[in-house]
Amino acid sequence: MSSQASAAIARFEEEFARLRRRQRIQLLVFAAILLALFFGAAEVSNFRLDRLLAGLPRIGEYIGKTLPEIRINSFFGDIAYWYYGFFRWLGLLLDTLLIALMALLFGSVGGFLLSFPASRNLSGNVVVYFICRRLAEIARTVPEIVYALIFVVAFGIGPLAGFLALSVHAVGAMGKLYAEANENIDERQLEGIRAAGGNWFEMIRFAVLPQVLPNFMTYTLWRLELNIRSAAIVGFVGAGGIGQELYTAISFNYYEDVSAIVLMVVLTIMIIDLVCERLRHKIIGKDNLQ
Amino acid sequence: MKGGARCIDAAQLAVLRERYPRAFARTPRERAVFAAILVGLAAFVMFGLYQFDASPVRIWNGLERFGKIAGALFPPTPGDAFWDLVKAMLETIGMAFLGTLIATCIAFPLGFFGARNVVKLPLFRFPIRRSFDFLRGVDALVWALVYVRAVGLGPLAGVLAIATTDIGILSKLFAEAIENVDRKQADGVQATGANAVQRLRFGILPQVLPIMISNALYMFESNTRSATILGIVGAGGIGFHLSDRIRAHRWDEVGFIIIMIIVVVALIDFISHMLRTRVIKSGTNRALLLETYHEQQRAGVR
Repeated sequence: MSSQASAAIARFEEEFARLRRRQRIQLLVFAAILLALFFGAAEVSNFRLDRLLAGLPRIGEYIGKTLPEIRINSFFGDIAYWYYGFFRWLGLLLDTLLIALMALLFGSVGGFLLSFPASRNLSGNVVVYFICRRLAEIARTVPEIVYALIFVVAFGIGPLAGFLALSVHAVGAMGKLYAEANENIDERQLEGIRAAGGNWFEMIRFAVLPQVLPNFMTYTLWRLELNIRSAAIVGFVGAGGIGQELYTAISFNYYEDVSAIVLMVVLTIMIIDLVCERLRHKIIGKDNLQ
Repeated sequence: MKGGARCIDAAQLAVLRERYPRAFARTPRERAVFAAILVGLAAFVMFGLYQFDASPVRIWNGLERFGKIAGALFPPTPGDAFWDLVKAMLETIGMAFLGTLIATCIAFPLGFFGARNVVKLPLFRFPIRRSFDFLRGVDALVWALVYVRAVGLGPLAGVLAIATTDIGILSKLFAEAIENVDRKQADGVQATGANAVQRLRFGILPQVLPIMISNALYMFESNTRSATILGIVGAGGIGFHLSDRIRAHRWDEVGFIIIMIIVVVALIDFISHMLRTRVIKSGTNRALLLETYHEQQRAGVR
């Protein structure tokens, strides 16, 4: 009996050791691959440790320079001096917000329309599906700022170019997300409407929309968060909003302006994120109650 | 269904319509709200277009010019700089890879500090979580511009920019993954007499590691996209060539670079997606559950 037990234990130990060995070899192989990739990447992107170490103190220095001088005894005066351009920046920030919201509206309407022919289960025609899906993917792969660069040439400098750039990107991104939501619906409801003699539009309206609308709304709120971030930077290439001002401040070394503007932008983004999160939870919560 | 008593005739339908009006049509109030929303949206669009200075003439001229540009993108050609472009593309991928790797290494410990079930005092956790928010609130392009000022032109600035934003994003995702672990496993490890570090190593880490790797891979994917544009402000990669060609109106070369970006991004997406599926499948069921949750979270951050 005891010899049987010890044999079992020995077998177990052997098996355990084998598994450990295999795990260790796997780990070593992965580490080697990762290391090779690291050195390869460092080589092609000219990444040197000495350059990094030389750069790090300068980054600290730079960030130190952007911080305003605020003394206790002249606190409000210093704040006012730091934020001398507050109302101009606020106006630009509102422009940024407007770009983001307008692009959200156009992007979600465009993505909504694109999503149905771009869903495998709804488009009915493989060629149409394929073209629409690829179109959405291509539109979302090209970064907003590249569209902005091109639209600035076509439409001139200003927020119109930024709005159009964000819209085109959003149509692609949301078209794809919406289409994925469409593809995950319960197909039985489609059949129900079809059996009752409904046409394609009625099928979309009464079988698809009730299922996907909460998803669409959460995706749209996510998109708003992303749009705000993008709208804040399209100004770098002259497409309107606060980005232009930030670009000037950084390029011309108006150090304190940099921190002032960045702080305003980050606060705006945080507030929008918070509001969106609340709304999202509300939508998801309501959804779960039903 | 033919003829029988089951079918409803017009009179019955009218009765039903009267008795259950909401099953047939919206109430007047709902219709009014709907109309008000539409009017409001239309007013908002008009205001926006006015604010953007978008007169019909301007839009028409712009579209005409855009049409010409879009036509000029084809046929795409690399010009005489094909190998330069390939090199810049490799540099872009290298930047994304290094940035993600550095960010993952730094975010790994930070994630633990930001997790509710590891750092129990809200007083410590709050400033840590807010600094993550700050890091990811500033776009990589802004960081890139700042780093170009601090460490000079070139991909180093790009790597640092990507790493900075990613530390914010990954720390947040890691912290959330750690908060969502199954407590029972950690308790079980503790019950065998493990100390705090062993509890993290054997109770929590095995649960979150697949998610962390999957998130890091996802960020690599998303960083490849971001890295393509950092060159616009001089932080290395293909973006420099792209903005250079756009400013010089060499549209056929622009077309080539855009196609190059689309192909490379699709390729990286494919590889990363494949690896992520494998990593998650090798994990536990819980990892799979958390992954679905994170899929949604990530759509939010990127």
